Amino acid sequence: MSAVTDKTPQGGIHPSAPSLKHARLPKWAPAATAVGAIAVAVGIGMGAELSSKIQWGLIAVLLFVGTLHVLSSKVEGTRQAKDRLATSLLWVCFILAVIPLFSLIEYTIAKGLKVLDAAFLSHSMNGVITTETGGGIYHSLIGTLEQVGIATAMAAPIGLLTAIYLVEYGRGKLAKTVTFFVDVMTGVPSIVAGLFILSFWIIYLDFNFSGFAGAMALAILMMPVVVRSTEEMLKLVPNELREASLALGVPKWLTILRVVLPTAIGGIVTGVMLAIARITGETAPVLLLVYGSTAINNNPFDGPQDSLPLYVFQQWKNGNEPSYDRAWAAALVLIALVMAFNLLARGIARWKAPSGGRG
Amino acid sequence: MAKRIDVSGLSAYYGSAKAIEDISMTVEPRSVTAFIGPSGCGKSTFLRTLNRMHEVIPNAHVEGKVMLDDENLYASGVDPVAVRRTVGMVFQRPNPFPTMSIYDNVAAGLKLNGMRRKGDLDTLVEKSLKGANLWNEVKDRLNKPGAGLSGGQQQRLCIARAIAVEPQVLLMDEPCSALDPISTLAIEDLIGELKERFTIVIVTHNMQQAARVSDRTAFFNLAAVGQPGRLIEIDETERIFSNPSVQATEDYISGRFG
Ligand SMILES: Nc1ncnc2c1ncn2[C@@H]1O[C@H](COP(=O)(O)OP(=O)(O)OP(=O)(O)O)[C@@H](O)[C@H]1O
Ligand SMILES: [Mg+2]
Repeated sequence: MSAVTDKTPQGGIHPSAPSLKHARLPKWAPAATAVGAIAVAVGIGMGAELSSKIQWGLIAVLLFVGTLHVLSSKVEGTRQAKDRLATSLLWVCFILAVIPLFSLIEYTIAKGLKVLDAAFLSHSMNGVITTETGGGIYHSLIGTLEQVGIATAMAAPIGLLTAIYLVEYGRGKLAKTVTFFVDVMTGVPSIVAGLFILSFWIIYLDFNFSGFAGAMALAILMMPVVVRSTEEMLKLVPNELREASLALGVPKWLTILRVVLPTAIGGIVTGVMLAIARITGETAPVLLLVYGSTAINNNPFDGPQDSLPLYVFQQWKNGNEPSYDRAWAAALVLIALVMAFNLLARGIARWKAPSGGRG
Repeated sequence: MAKRIDVSGLSAYYGSAKAIEDISMTVEPRSVTAFIGPSGCGKSTFLRTLNRMHEVIPNAHVEGKVMLDDENLYASGVDPVAVRRTVGMVFQRPNPFPTMSIYDNVAAGLKLNGMRRKGDLDTLVEKSLKGANLWNEVKDRLNKPGAGLSGGQQQRLCIARAIAVEPQVLLMDEPCSALDPISTLAIEDLIGELKERFTIVIVTHNMQQAARVSDRTAFFNLAAVGQPGRLIEIDETERIFSNPSVQATEDYISGRFG
């Protein structure tokens, strides 16, 4: 082997500057620029008497992105400046996306905490005059939990089995047809699902309004979501694991039950939880089928019930201060419930993820 | 218990594409038979027809006969699940079940086939792990996940899993291709021990390995890209490596191939 020559390459990208070091803006530069941009924007806004805060924000953003870019290209060179530009644009987008979310939560909490207490959670609206304070969401909470529970009990097993069929067994025409209908179902608007159950179950078969009727519509909405997410999770299970199990002389159904499903269970449960979170906030089918009620009805199979989204809607329709307060408090409970489902889903996904150092 | 395999006129297809054509050979019981040949000539495909794993692939099918002693694996009414219990398989890439502990991985085949008694399971798990030369390394952490072992240990875990169900034939598809020389040696020693009890077929790209571990060697080749693979010859390993009867075999073994 010939000796390695110790020559620096000539005429490369940096013919004169072989150094790897570059001048860098200090770490606090972006933050300082942001503060400065906001201050200047506020100054301009007040000076020019711009009424809209959106204009203030826009000026601040432009100032921030522009200043940082110019500063960076002066000090650090063009490549770094491009990097800064992209980074600051990403930050701006991130903040734009988060602002509505945060203000929504903050606003709901601020408004909702006013009447949210133990009594609110444990009382119904039975006998409460809507223009006065008092009453609560107990009946709606019961309704929501029961309807969502029944919908899940119907949609999750069917969705799971459909997904297992599609991934593990489905070949040819039937599988294609099923996939097509699942796709179509994903796009069904919730009001249409509600109308379908209304005309079939309540008008044609002549059943009464009930939590169960609402649950059926919710199940229609939930099922395609469960199928889709479960399908994706099952597809992620490596084929080698199925083959390993089959090669041990384990029948296919046992392979699916004991090898494939346990490997994918975290993701499957997460998908179901997210589907639950999604239908918990559905209003239209509930409005059509559960009908709404002010009294506690623990039986989801007979007679009108209430549900949280419906409660919010009806309180708001009442159009007076005490009702507005109740609507906000119920909305807060609804958000908390959905968030709890999401957190639970994440917890389960983390807990059930296949363990071990590798793979 | 080891069984003789008698293949005659076997072709295997992926959809309408023929991957291997008209293969006939005998695999002797209580011996090691090595399959060698260039990549894509159908060694894995052929191996998988020997325990009916080929048909697991969508649209794949097999023509011909595979006799296990005096039973045709492809006769109508034969249950592929029963075949796979008799003819076990170890894959190229170690594939322990990620949700199971080391113990459960080895016990998987037994448990899933209905064995429940803890005492029996314990005995068999220990016996299989010892048989796979893994017992000493894992006996203190049987309840740790199988995926946490090193690659070589994982492969031996898969061998333990395969021999735990007491098959009569063990098929191994390049079991050492992902392993270091020490693990390879451990597995080769293991193969030497296992052939006392099982009929072993091993696919390998390593000529020295084929020469070291096998009693008989089969050379596969394909006429051209896109053509189905064929068996060129099968003979005593010594003869194949010293004085093969076909020129192509000699070219391949001596590296003058293509
Ligand atoms: N799942 C599959 N679907 C379609 N064709 C396949 C499939 N698996 C293998 N083949 C084709 O069958 C032929 C034989 O493949 P096979 O895997 O048996 O080769 P091999 O001899 O094991 O090669 P290697 O030494 O690289 O493992 C190849 O042409 C391959 O492209
Ligand atoms: Mg192969």
